[in-house]
Amino acid sequence: MGNHRDSTEEVSSVAVTSLEASKEKFPDPGLPPHSPRLTDVDPKQNKKAERHVTLLFVISILGALLFWFAYFGIRVEGNFYDVTNPENNHLLRLQNLFLGLGIALSMFGIGIGIVHWARALMPDHEMVEMRHPVSSEESRAEAQDIMETIIDESGIKRRPLLRNTLIGSIILAPLTFVTLFRDLGPANPSLLKHTLWDQGVRLVRDPSGTPIKAADVTIGSAYHVLPENLQSLTHETGYVEEKAKAVVLLMRINPAELNISEDRKDWNVDGILAFSKVCTHVGCPIALYEQRTHHLLCPCHQSTFDAANECEVIFGPAAHPLPQLPIAVDEEGYLVAQSDFHEPVGPAYWERAKHVNEMAGEAN
Amino acid sequence: MKALSQKRRHPLAAVVLLAIALILTGGLYAVATASNQAQAASSTTYTASDIEEGQKLFVSNCATCHGLNAEGTVDGPSLVGVGAAAVDFQVGTGRMPMQMQGTQAQVKPRQFNDEQTHQLAAYVASLGAGPTVPEDEHLDVTKGDAANGAKVFLANCAMCHNAAGAGGALTRGKWAPTLMGVSEKHIYEAMETGPQNMPVFNDANITPEEKRDVITYLKAQEVNESPGGFKLGSLGPVSEGLLIWTLGLGIVIAFTIWLTSRSA
Amino acid sequence: MAHHVIETENNYQARTTTGKITNFVDTRVGMSGIVREFGRKIFPDHWTFMFGEVAMYSLIILILSGTFLTLWFNPSMASVTYDGTYLPLKGVHMSAAYSSALDISFDVRGGLLLRQIHHWAALLFMTALTIHMLRVFFTGAFRRPRELNWVVGCCLWLLGIFAGFTGYSLPDDVLSGNGLRIVDGIMKAIPLVGTYLSMFFFGGEFPGTLLISRLYSIHIMVIPALLLLLMAIHLFMVVVHKHTQYPGPGRTEDNVVGFPVGPVYAAKAGGFFFIVFGIIAFLGATFTINAIWNYGPYDPSPVQAGTQPDWYVGFGDGALRLWPGSFPWSWKIDLFNHTFVLAVLLPFMLAGVLVLFMFTWPWIERWVTKDNRVHNILDRPRNAPFRTAAGAAGIVYYSVMMIAASSDLIATHFHVSLNDVAYVLRFLWFFGPIIAFIIVRRICLSLQRKDRELVLHGIETGNVVQLPHGEFIEVHKPLDEYHRYKLVSFESPEPLAAQPNAKGKITGAEKIRARISKWFFEDRVAPVSPAELEAAHHHGHGTEAVEAGPKPTGSLGGHSHN
Repeated sequence: MGNHRDSTEEVSSVAVTSLEASKEKFPDPGLPPHSPRLTDVDPKQNKKAERHVTLLFVISILGALLFWFAYFGIRVEGNFYDVTNPENNHLLRLQNLFLGLGIALSMFGIGIGIVHWARALMPDHEMVEMRHPVSSEESRAEAQDIMETIIDESGIKRRPLLRNTLIGSIILAPLTFVTLFRDLGPANPSLLKHTLWDQGVRLVRDPSGTPIKAADVTIGSAYHVLPENLQSLTHETGYVEEKAKAVVLLMRINPAELNISEDRKDWNVDGILAFSKVCTHVGCPIALYEQRTHHLLCPCHQSTFDAANECEVIFGPAAHPLPQLPIAVDEEGYLVAQSDFHEPVGPAYWERAKHVNEMAGEAN
Repeated sequence: MKALSQKRRHPLAAVVLLAIALILTGGLYAVATASNQAQAASSTTYTASDIEEGQKLFVSNCATCHGLNAEGTVDGPSLVGVGAAAVDFQVGTGRMPMQMQGTQAQVKPRQFNDEQTHQLAAYVASLGAGPTVPEDEHLDVTKGDAANGAKVFLANCAMCHNAAGAGGALTRGKWAPTLMGVSEKHIYEAMETGPQNMPVFNDANITPEEKRDVITYLKAQEVNESPGGFKLGSLGPVSEGLLIWTLGLGIVIAFTIWLTSRSA
Repeated sequence: MAHHVIETENNYQARTTTGKITNFVDTRVGMSGIVREFGRKIFPDHWTFMFGEVAMYSLIILILSGTFLTLWFNPSMASVTYDGTYLPLKGVHMSAAYSSALDISFDVRGGLLLRQIHHWAALLFMTALTIHMLRVFFTGAFRRPRELNWVVGCCLWLLGIFAGFTGYSLPDDVLSGNGLRIVDGIMKAIPLVGTYLSMFFFGGEFPGTLLISRLYSIHIMVIPALLLLLMAIHLFMVVVHKHTQYPGPGRTEDNVVGFPVGPVYAAKAGGFFFIVFGIIAFLGATFTINAIWNYGPYDPSPVQAGTQPDWYVGFGDGALRLWPGSFPWSWKIDLFNHTFVLAVLLPFMLAGVLVLFMFTWPWIERWVTKDNRVHNILDRPRNAPFRTAAGAAGIVYYSVMMIAASSDLIATHFHVSLNDVAYVLRFLWFFGPIIAFIIVRRICLSLQRKDRELVLHGIETGNVVQLPHGEFIEVHKPLDEYHRYKLVSFESPEPLAAQPNAKGKITGAEKIRARISKWFFEDRVAPVSPAELEAAHHHGHGTEAVEAGPKPTGSLGGHSHN
């Protein structure tokens, strides 16, 4: 503070720009002096810290005991989530709690104890170590010489025939293993074209499998629907895969509120409409149906479709409408499909445009 | 007498008296409501006076939006044919009468007692046939099958109400409410009437027995604690992520600061 | 040779027990070199240096708890009928994988705890790893010689995401199944090979019967092996480079100041492992995570509100949510009899841009600054305003995507419209980073000016005194030299004009570099020099040293005294 009178006239009067200033730097004052801790100067505090560390290790031991108490002491027999007997859930929760707290205490005891030991009782003088360059020029030069000798002695540069055939074999050998990945799955995109739906296939309820009478679908209703012929499939013969494509949502809307194009006029039964439940964005089931707004919402990415308007996209990331399943009523009054979907269901894919054209050709 | 009057002057007398009075009123109220509930639940038919009283209540409380004859206006739908179940649900959960027009009717303290609700239901039921208030038999969770209920719930309900019944978002500010804490009767009525934007699940779609199974599953979720500890709202990965970034990281940072600080 | 070995043994006579053990081990496997190298190696101590350790310890806990889970988990999609103790699923057909996951939760004592510990550890692993990366970024620790280690770290981050996602998918419940269905949809969007990729991945059409066992071998073998390998490389490079340190008195580019491994650092780091384990065990004991029993066995028909991935996958899911698929036109384009699924590809490319910047940032920064020197002293984030601002923009860009993955829960919990949440987030996705960049850069520059003020005028003590001639002044307490050195020992690079190359030509790329350099460093605050401090003292306690004075070209912090 008081030294400023000693400063030269030049420094104080010349305008200092940052550029010039940056040429002048404060000297490094070195490490600050070390100040001792309480435990360094007061033997009482030192002893106290030692007692604390001991106590923490004892807590750790108690934590282990708590774990064994919970493991062997709490017995849970019977079922969980029983509506008449919540006791079992309670016991399992207690066991989980005490097992976990037991482990937590045994770990905390050791960890906090050791760290407290290090902080309070081990030397806390900061030490300085010098860094060394990762490598030196000489060692690099030497390594280069060695590498060149190796290459030279191997003769790989002088014998191009050897070199080239070696490169060729090294490239091809691993490819034999890569080839093995080919049979991970079939390479048959046209599998995606068709579902189990076909002319006359009954619509049945998911999960019960019972057929649906048109009269039972009242306005405002929503049915989760599967094709009846799905029931003939087993887990081994592709039940899940076919179900993943064939799921349909059925709802009835007052026909006056529908806005349907000419070629789909006969696809519904008095306002009963069936749409693929697989989102055209990335495939989540579109199962959220709002009966008053007729909106269908995907809970995964919030694509919203308007069921009254041929399921065109009105919000969100989906880029094309949900395919509609043409339906009719059979002689017993049950709902049946008129045909398969007229386009592939689910997310778009590279071959989709081709498939759409082919399916249009098949339909004619 | 003298002893009594002396005791009356005891400083605690007022407190004791107040307590007695409160217990009496509370007890009487409990008895009264219990008998009302019994009446409402057991009666499948409505008397002419119920309908008459209901109409009076309707005209003074509901007609502004639903029209004098419940034929509907621009502010509210027609109630002809919605049935007693719809009234019992909407009025019984406090959703109706609505506080204001909005995206969706909200649950709030109910405006009518059981008897009045019963009378309103009687009036609306008299306008046209519709879903009725469920039988006790279909609400008894001890008779339900939670496993079948879980199947039906996951296929038909979980997409809006969440797998644990915690509720979820719908479009444009609408939402599917939580199902925890909702009475058996109201869950049943919601399924059969499809309130707000909820689809209708009539008895052909989900049979009365299946509805009871769904209720059983939900009640099993409600009465049982989660074995893993706090449920974090049963909202799935988002609340778990939030916890690790707040509590989890907070604890970690507290320890790192302690660990690298100098001991005093 | 044998004779020689015997001679060595005879020459050295250990006196203490420790010495005898050391002698035994060293004459057989030669460990003395390692002890000499590491026994007293110095590590700097700072709380922000601990997050990498947290991630490493979480990974160890993941491997321990995961090994336990493999003893009961059955990675098979074979159909079984559940007959365990979870009542609501009794008699339901499900995969053996889901059934065994339920058994671990309900019928193996402590199984639920280990499942929860495993999952919480995974979340903490990714959280700590992310914070560690941010610390490295904002302090400039990725600069030479540590660029390659930064890339290794980025790979660890990517691997962590895959490790987490494959694990999330294993229980085969409705939540994870729908996650895989989304993966299927994303794969199919890839032009030319997408459909094939999907069919190879699932072994046919989605979902197939092979996927869980395939994911299992990836989750428990391939990814952990790669994670451990990269972690070993990461740590090896830390040893080679020695740890960076914050600027301060006594700390130079050529030294490292801190505590020796033995005993202090080993005790702290070792103890910290147990502390991290304790934290994770506490979370596993008290908070339910991934209640798989609620979701039910995977079935392609149902779906549930609140279908979300774990948080570290959220940015991808959020990007998918944000892209408007049909606005202003359909982003599914049919061309030449093929379909381009831009609605899915574009948001992924936008998320990928961030990852690309992340991997290449050390080289981008080096190219712009032409600074190829070794840096062992870290930058305080405020002293690198451009980098800090760019990082903040990146955080906002990432966070908006991540938050978008919970748009439905934001809507229900804050009582707003789902659609409005999406509109706001779409706006913030593109403009948020720009706003964050501007604000954070200003904050950095202001903090630097605050540092200058502190150095020049000391700390305001709040003591107002009256001088003999009547003037009132507030007494400022000057900084001590150690505190001051911390605030002045930084570099403030200036814009570097375009330089001609060896042929004497200024290339187009070089012109762009010069322009970016100007953008990086045009606004800058220089550290206080001794001369300036002298001048400030000379002129008393006015504040004009910082606030006033004409602004020299290209410099915010420069100032003059007349």
